[in-house]
Amino acid sequence: MTGSRRAVRTTTVIVGAGHTGLAVSHFLTQRSIAHVVIERGEVANAWRTQRWDSLRLLTPNWQSRLPGYAYDGDQPDGFMTMPEVIGFIDGYAAAIDAPVLTGTTVTSVRQVDGGYRVETDKGVFEAPTVMLASGAYNRASLPAIATEVPETITNVTPLAYRRPADLPDGAVLVVGASATGIQLADEIHRSGRPVTLAVGEHVRMPRTYRGLDVMWWMDRAGVLDEGLDDIDDLIRGRNIPSPQLVGTPDRSTLDLNALTDAGIELVGRLSALRDGVALFSGSLRNKCELADLKLARLLDRFDEWALSTGIDGDLEPPNRPAPTRVAADPRLKLDLRGGEISTIVWATGFSADYSWLEVPVLDRKGRLKHDGGVVTGAPGLYAIGLNLLRRRKSSFIHGAEDDARDLTDHLAAFVDGVARRDPAAPVT
Amino acid sequence: MATQETPIDNGVNVQALLDARNALTDAPEAAQFTWRANTEWQRGTHSNSTIETFFGLGGEQTHRSSFSYDADHPEVFASEDNGPTPVEFVLVGLGACLTAGIAAVAQNRGIQLNSVKATIEGNMDILGILGGDPDVRNGFNDIKVKYQIDADASPEEIQGLVAQSQKRSAVFDAITNPTNITVEVN
Repeated sequence: MTGSRRAVRTTTVIVGAGHTGLAVSHFLTQRSIAHVVIERGEVANAWRTQRWDSLRLLTPNWQSRLPGYAYDGDQPDGFMTMPEVIGFIDGYAAAIDAPVLTGTTVTSVRQVDGGYRVETDKGVFEAPTVMLASGAYNRASLPAIATEVPETITNVTPLAYRRPADLPDGAVLVVGASATGIQLADEIHRSGRPVTLAVGEHVRMPRTYRGLDVMWWMDRAGVLDEGLDDIDDLIRGRNIPSPQLVGTPDRSTLDLNALTDAGIELVGRLSALRDGVALFSGSLRNKCELADLKLARLLDRFDEWALSTGIDGDLEPPNRPAPTRVAADPRLKLDLRGGEISTIVWATGFSADYSWLEVPVLDRKGRLKHDGGVVTGAPGLYAIGLNLLRRRKSSFIHGAEDDARDLTDHLAAFVDGVARRDPAAPVT
Repeated sequence: MATQETPIDNGVNVQALLDARNALTDAPEAAQFTWRANTEWQRGTHSNSTIETFFGLGGEQTHRSSFSYDADHPEVFASEDNGPTPVEFVLVGLGACLTAGIAAVAQNRGIQLNSVKATIEGNMDILGILGGDPDVRNGFNDIKVKYQIDADASPEEIQGLVAQSQKRSAVFDAITNPTNITVEVN
């Protein structure tokens, strides 16, 4: 009987040994707060099991840093492959000697007297505080219409996709044009399969601008450090799709114009399926214009920053990317029954899996209610690694440090408060 | 001499809209609206539609007055031309929606509008509605909207207003994306 199992008591249970969970572990260790990191697989599990073969980080190596730890190789401007990311995070876990219990799956977290009871397939833990570091991207979010796709079509999510050769022969419809969608569209097209790409709202970004990586600009111009107070529309901010970027050794830009040049057909957002026919929105031109205008504002900001810091003269002139080209009459329909399209890749976003979280802290859309990672209505419960948790960089590897520091500060104060109210409570 | 900056006024109460968004995010059921028109056949292709009530914010709502619209077809269709054609009403809806959006976005972005004019053209092959060519659709082949805007803003900012207005427009969405329609008779 699970209920009768004796619980191991600690101060903090961290769910997930990815880079965010480990960063929190680092700060808890610094504060001598007893904790355990529970990991269903191995350290950096999602990077090992849920990524496609060719994927590299979107951030350059110099940006790969965690508290007290940084990339020290000889290619600071390169982009890590997945084995390199896994090696990096593994190295961090060893460097900080994190108390990780691998191969241990959390089956439930619920509130009990004095905090939380965390049940796993290997034992039970009780702690006044829990840090949810289980990732924001463990489930592929598919639109409801995905269930209406004809049975002859193979449906693939980015979490399951590995390489083009695994797909059946024939044409492919890629739904979604954020970082994932454009990268998969490109490599699937290169494998010889005709690709149609359904494009909704997207964020256009050149890999380099004026000779420097866009992440360098975002970092130096202060974009990535913007916090919740700097963002006037948090609903929108937290729902912005990932930028159209790819990390490749040649630092090439992969935007919609590059995909058009390669021979990929752009269509509007997939808005409905009727009798096996995919219907695309007539909004493609507007979506591309919005992205072009947003990019122009970002590059304006970079240029103004370069002028204000006096480095403008040292840089290449500000050459702006050409406007996104949209066909005069983009296709509005695609018959999925004819046998031409064999596969649909649903690059339609991801969500966090909280199926094991038995604390009433989710909103009507299944998202965690929180204020900068301090979960609403559940004292002692925290979350890290969510998009725009506290800052624009929250979902980046290097964004873990500031968020983990802030949240462990809050957590430590909370634990002190609990201890003062109940001096007998066994909080280390 | 000190000059006083004139506050931006496009006649849009942005604060009320933002307050409504916050309130409705917490009470999503109140955000469910039903818009309603009543149509009655007159004679030939002439019909009259009235608009008076709608449902929203959890209850029945009434416009300040009842609005009445005649629709018909032009004389080149051998009709009496008692009013615009229904597809022209669609263009009116699109133009009105985008223009309202431009005003709201401009207000929110602190941009004073001086004049906003648009021409909306919908291209159509009427062999579709006449049943003369099964490959021709009934509806518009495409719609083109041309704005002339005078505002205290840069061309890029004005372009941004128009782009954002499309992004948030109900009619733009209704035309660019399919909608299920149920027609019942009793």
